[in-house]
Amino acid sequence: MRLLNIRPRGGLAVMLGAVPLLAVGLLYLMASQARHAENPRDKLLPTPEAMAEAVQLMARVDPLTGHAPLLVDTLASLERMGLALAIATAVSLLLGLSLGLLPLLRAKFGPLVAGIAVIPPIAVLPILFIVFGLGETAKIALIVFGVAPVMVRDLAAHVAAIPEEQLVKAQTLGSSTWQLALRVALPQAMPRLIDSLRLSLCPAWVYLISAEAIAADVGLGYRIFLVRRYLSMDLILPYVAWISLLAVIMDVTLRLISRRAYPWAYPERGR
Amino acid sequence: MALLSFRNVWVEYGDKVVLENVELSIAQGSFVSIVGPSGAGKSTFLRLVIGQEAPTRGAIDLEGRKLRAEPGPDRGVVFQKYSVFPHLSARDNVVFGLDCAGSALRGKLSGAKRRAALEQADAMLAAVGLGDSGDLYPAKMSGGMQQRLAIAQALIKKPRILLLDEPFGALDPGVRLDMHELITSLWRDNGLTIMMVTHDIKEAFKLGTRVLAFDKRRRDPHAPHRYGATAVYDFPLDKPGAVGPEALAGLGQ
Repeated sequence: MRLLNIRPRGGLAVMLGAVPLLAVGLLYLMASQARHAENPRDKLLPTPEAMAEAVQLMARVDPLTGHAPLLVDTLASLERMGLALAIATAVSLLLGLSLGLLPLLRAKFGPLVAGIAVIPPIAVLPILFIVFGLGETAKIALIVFGVAPVMVRDLAAHVAAIPEEQLVKAQTLGSSTWQLALRVALPQAMPRLIDSLRLSLCPAWVYLISAEAIAADVGLGYRIFLVRRYLSMDLILPYVAWISLLAVIMDVTLRLISRRAYPWAYPERGR
Repeated sequence: MALLSFRNVWVEYGDKVVLENVELSIAQGSFVSIVGPSGAGKSTFLRLVIGQEAPTRGAIDLEGRKLRAEPGPDRGVVFQKYSVFPHLSARDNVVFGLDCAGSALRGKLSGAKRRAALEQADAMLAAVGLGDSGDLYPAKMSGGMQQRLAIAQALIKKPRILLLDEPFGALDPGVRLDMHELITSLWRDNGLTIMMVTHDIKEAFKLGTRVLAFDKRRRDPHAPHRYGATAVYDFPLDKPGAVGPEALAGLGQ
């Protein structure tokens, strides 16, 4: 049998997926143990107990500030992320839909959007800090600037690819430009917009953590860059895992929403 | 009086002539089949009638008035593919035309008006043999069902002319025969005027009351684009036409 025709199913598929994950975990434990056997004060590969201890310390309310750092960091980062992604999504929906649907606007603003999209966002960060100060606005602006142009272009291309037959058909059914945008283009753009938002999660986290590393006094990215000075791998590793978990939860939630709201966009496939 | 008339219509792209000197008039209630080899301007001819394109020279009149070069609800259309909206159920696809007419801002009727429109849509779905499929999305339908849906969707606007662009070209032979019966009875019972582009000459003669063959009258082997195509043959077939236009009003009731 050819390799591409072998399809794991059910329990076997789960097991095949779990083995590499377990292997990585086991490898880490062995390496950590080996280092600690040589030097009990090793900081580079902390033991699970040390990590649990560090996390507990961060999750407890600090009597000096009255806050639990882990909770405060998470809320601060999620708030920045949520605001920025909401703005980016709204901008992409508005611009992507109108650029994709109206050749007039595409001719006028297409080159501008394409030009903005090629600017590396991190290179703009100093400008954002100068213009918006070191507060929340600059961080949110960085994320929006980083993900929105790509999302706009993706959505515009998707809307522009709606078959002309559909647009003509809608017009022969008496549809105005507005009605066509609202009832033909918008619903067909939504699943794509959600997919594009899911793909933008990863760069959005990159920009968030970069901005927090450079200028912040709270946030997940701020914290890991702060404790880096003390080589606190026992805290950095759990924070990285926590950030990844948050990213996965956001991704899965978006996928569920899309499948619930737009079942027509997900026909059952054989493979 | 002719429903649709072409007076000395030319379509040119730069120095490439696609259609030249098209002089035709289409009578109310006729079923016009349009045949011809590829590149003979059949599709361009249909695009002119739909309003996707304007003639470079000459004029097209619909009911004595100049045809707007933009698709409109007086001309219904069914394409070979992509004629229905994938994101709407069959019923919503049919109701779409009524939604647009009844609600300029939301593009969707509500309340009692919407219920009345849905009833009308269900009657139309039943008329094309999709009575039980109102809740299906097009992706769950066969090619034949999708074309039935596209026809129902177009007919709910009671268009003056129904334009069919190779509507049955992608269907299995058996399904195609069923569709022939459907379109013939819809045409005859409702006083439609139909123009259909097809590759299948047998189909053209079987369905039409008039067959137009498009081709080039003249050819220049050194510059094939210099001469355009036109209706070189015009066969009126001795068939009973559709019933009078008043039957159109009863459609989907």
